[in-house]
Amino acid sequence: MNESLFINIIIGISIASVPLMFAAIGELLVERSGVLNLGVEGMMIVGALLGFVVMSHTQNPYLAVLAAMAGGMAIASIFAFLTQFLLTNQVATGLALTLFGLGFAAFAGRGYTEETIQLITAVPIPYLSDIPYLGPLLFSFNPLVYLAFFMVYLVWWFLFRTKQGLILRAIGDNHDAAHAIGHNVVRYRVMAILFGGAMAGIGGAFLSLVQVPIWGEGMTAGRGWIALGLVVFASWQPFRIIFGAILFGGITILQIHAQGLNINVSAQYLSMLPYLATIVILVSLRMRLKNKTNRTVPNCLGRIFHSTT
Amino acid sequence: MKYQLEVSNITKSYGDLKANDNVSLSIKDSSIHALLGENGAGKSTLVKIIYGSLTPDSGEMKWANNKYSPKSPFQARENGIAMVFQHFSLFESLTVEDNIILGLDGVGLNENFSEQIIKYSKQYGLDINPQQVVGDLSVGARQRVEIIRCLMQNPKLLIMDEPTSVLTPQEVADLFVTLKKLAADGCAILYISHKLEEVREICSEATILRGGKLVQSCIPQEHSQKELAEMMIGKKLTELARTNITIGETIFSIDNLSRKSDDIYGVNLKNIALKMSKGSIVGIAGVAGNGQDELMELLIGEIPSPKATLNFNGQDIGLLNSHERRQLSMFFVPEERLGHGAVPDMSLDENMLLSRPDSTEMTSRDVIDWEKVAVHSKTVIDTFDVQTPSSKMLAKSLSGGNLQKFMVGRELIQNPELLIVAQPTWGVDAGSANNIHQALIELADKGSAILIISQDLDEILSLCEQIHVLSEGQLSDAVDMKSKGLEKISQLMVGGKV
Repeated sequence: MNESLFINIIIGISIASVPLMFAAIGELLVERSGVLNLGVEGMMIVGALLGFVVMSHTQNPYLAVLAAMAGGMAIASIFAFLTQFLLTNQVATGLALTLFGLGFAAFAGRGYTEETIQLITAVPIPYLSDIPYLGPLLFSFNPLVYLAFFMVYLVWWFLFRTKQGLILRAIGDNHDAAHAIGHNVVRYRVMAILFGGAMAGIGGAFLSLVQVPIWGEGMTAGRGWIALGLVVFASWQPFRIIFGAILFGGITILQIHAQGLNINVSAQYLSMLPYLATIVILVSLRMRLKNKTNRTVPNCLGRIFHSTT
Repeated sequence: MKYQLEVSNITKSYGDLKANDNVSLSIKDSSIHALLGENGAGKSTLVKIIYGSLTPDSGEMKWANNKYSPKSPFQARENGIAMVFQHFSLFESLTVEDNIILGLDGVGLNENFSEQIIKYSKQYGLDINPQQVVGDLSVGARQRVEIIRCLMQNPKLLIMDEPTSVLTPQEVADLFVTLKKLAADGCAILYISHKLEEVREICSEATILRGGKLVQSCIPQEHSQKELAEMMIGKKLTELARTNITIGETIFSIDNLSRKSDDIYGVNLKNIALKMSKGSIVGIAGVAGNGQDELMELLIGEIPSPKATLNFNGQDIGLLNSHERRQLSMFFVPEERLGHGAVPDMSLDENMLLSRPDSTEMTSRDVIDWEKVAVHSKTVIDTFDVQTPSSKMLAKSLSGGNLQKFMVGRELIQNPELLIVAQPTWGVDAGSANNIHQALIELADKGSAILIISQDLDEILSLCEQIHVLSEGQLSDAVDMKSKGLEKISQLMVGGKV
């Protein structure tokens, strides 16, 4: 294998992994607080559309990314209102959110299907990117790639190094007890859901601002569902998200490069791989945890909190 | 002597229900003050008002002679009020240290906190390890965590909601030593309990509530246990006594029953053996988590047992499921009411029908006759004083004690030849517990056998002629109660040998 193909594959994998990483780390925080939001796909696609629209009007990548975050949060706020204040079922609400997001984005994005934008490009870090081998491998990425890794670190730091993070985990473990000692369960959960929305929004925007310069209906193509699987795969541990996202992203890239590497497998099989991998990983995880009390799943995940006092 | 907390004329209503109706109470500093009352008497409401989780509709409170009206538990804690909850407010997946930090305002994560926890734990003789995960701890250890969490706030008033209901006799004795030491150090204690003997032992004053109203404040030592109980329930208690013990032939036996738990935190059962005769009440004492759940699953038939280990009326029943066992007239009241004992989202009527081995009297040609079902439910509701607007209510909407009464009653009206019941009066108040105990005795007097698995030692001692102790998955032989029986049981409960 020649060197540039190798580096291309690495860059390709990183690009394919980052949307998953964003969406999954957001959902991880949401689930740690005891909320299951199945609307990731819907929040991603709205982020992808808003990012694209703002980029095409302003050509300002910062505004575009902020708009994507706001879009994800707006959709998430619907979920937060319904599940935290009207106490609706989280699974049904999350599914509805995904369907709503997909439909809304397709409808609102009708006028943009013919347009192309200027992609947000990689910004090689001066000097460091000139180091042979290491430079192109570590220091020549798109800024959003670094942001994704940083967000994973930030979520880990928040969850395990701050009191608020501890409270959030406690709420996910036992919301009644958290309420009894005076912590505001609903406020923490709403904040977590909004954060999850913002992350899903950026993850979606990465597709339309970095991967391809166009907007297409349904362009998230199930990545929101893979992100949900990733959270389980990572057993709710932030850093495992990175490993999982790279694995899943890698399989996607393998599809593209398989022919270049003379691997003679038909494209359909390869495009099934990420989904098969999700199932295999979920099953094997379950097998590994069999006969163990599972401490990793937040105890209150998906349960409705209703304070009687 | 000055008052630490004075509560005057507190009223709190939920719709038409007055949970607290003009209640007053005063707690002297450095005193242990009991708050007594049945389920629904308004104890929890009053305590939540003091702790700032609820705001009263009217009335006022004074804290060390200053006006006190907390808006949240944070404000209560700022003033120096701490609370140990009945259903512990602990987080099972977190460590002891994290749990304690969560209850302390203004303590961050980066401080080296373990040492302080250990310091307090030594000072009060409360043995805990800050790095252990709470889910792995025994109930007694969990309570120690809660208490230390409270003590680290240096409280002036410690509220304890039924602290001893889950403890072994030794743990209760240790707790009392701690509480006395605390009171001597200047911390007032508000002690909520329905165990009157304990109240008479450690409390210097008692306030009794009934139906949301103040009945009386008194000095508990000046009244007998029975008098206190009658003040609580507002009527005379019937004396529990078995008049008619006729022990018949063996009806049920367990032989050499072992089971390896499939949960790594579970308990393995080892060579359990037990014989029960007709007309006898047999008790299995022991601290929760020593194999009770695993044994109960086998007895109910949720999990089949090996051949020749369970014998009922001469028949090997190990492989029968619980429905088939019920058809033979073995009935069960499992400990976990919602989920095992009742379907939470179904009505009392539906739950009534579901556990019937033979429902012909409630159906016609397999079509349910809801009126007939309701008649049966009503019998149980009336006989066992189940507080519910109707039998159409969902099981989960009843309070724990009420649902417990319904479930015990549901099994009892079928006149089982063998009744196996776990924690028959868990969460049930004194008057109703008395009813349930009376009904159990009547059933045994009629010649049925009853197996009671309970953590409540008083209950076992007052009902059972034959007492075994389950500890670490092993069942002791029947304890000879004639000499030092209680001492032997205590020893067995903490894993000792006799």
